[in-house]
Amino acid sequence: MQEEHVAVADGENEVRHTDYIYMVSDKMLVISMIAELDHHLADEMREVIDDVIDVRGVEDIIFDFSRINFMDSAGIGLIMGRYRKIHEKGRIYVAGAGEGISRILLISGLHKLVVVSSDVNDAAKKILEGKRGN
Amino acid sequence: MNKNSNSFEIIFDSKSENESFARVVVAAFCTRLDPTLEEISDIKTAVSEAVTNCIVHGYEGREGKISLKCELNDNELTIEVHDDGVGIDDIERAMEPMYTSKPQLERSGMGFSFMEAFMDELHVKSGKHSGTTVMMKKKIGVNN
Repeated sequence: MQEEHVAVADGENEVRHTDYIYMVSDKMLVISMIAELDHHLADEMREVIDDVIDVRGVEDIIFDFSRINFMDSAGIGLIMGRYRKIHEKGRIYVAGAGEGISRILLISGLHKLVVVSSDVNDAAKKILEGKRGN
Repeated sequence: MNKNSNSFEIIFDSKSENESFARVVVAAFCTRLDPTLEEISDIKTAVSEAVTNCIVHGYEGREGKISLKCELNDNELTIEVHDDGVGIDDIERAMEPMYTSKPQLERSGMGFSFMEAFMDELHVKSGKHSGTTVMMKKKIGVNN
């Protein structure tokens, strides 16, 4: 089983957990949540995401919400924390958020810190265009 | 007994996997009132915040029991979430938006703000070492 976080981040480009999937491509990290994003899942993902950022030199992160309909303030904390970690090099993208999650982003003011995209492809396109523009 | 009333009470361990359990139970309990998706989402968020507070702040990650009581009277839902944890020193400060006593745990400080925003009423009772009780009310179906 590939449970060793750093080892996984080091070698694999796509890792599937029960509650989330992440993919690394170049300096872009895509995290797709499968379970609802609450304090339980945020705690489970935080360390893994930070390992991947450090080991793979991740600059941009896409949080893919297309499979879930629920996030609470713990999700806000998770995204804010990753924003602080990478904002000097890259940006955070929120993709595929439905009505409920969009409302949470709006009320918390987080929509001002992240780039809201319709889906992962749209976010990835924005990242590539941004890099080419530099 | 009022035939338009219903209630339940459960006690569960202060484990983070019970956050989703608690919000799903409350959502299921209200379904006979035919709530909108938005109302269900509001209620789930408020329950999730209250239960997470018990785990992270009340018991500070230690073992303990959380009690969840729900009552329906006609179309009004009352939720009470209680822990026997450390209690809140300064309730007013704890309820300020963006304030958190645990920034190192990446708490956003928005828990009480969300409960307030998504429910009609929010009352917090707490005392040092006597635990915390959060009581919330919401009328379901008023905007339908």
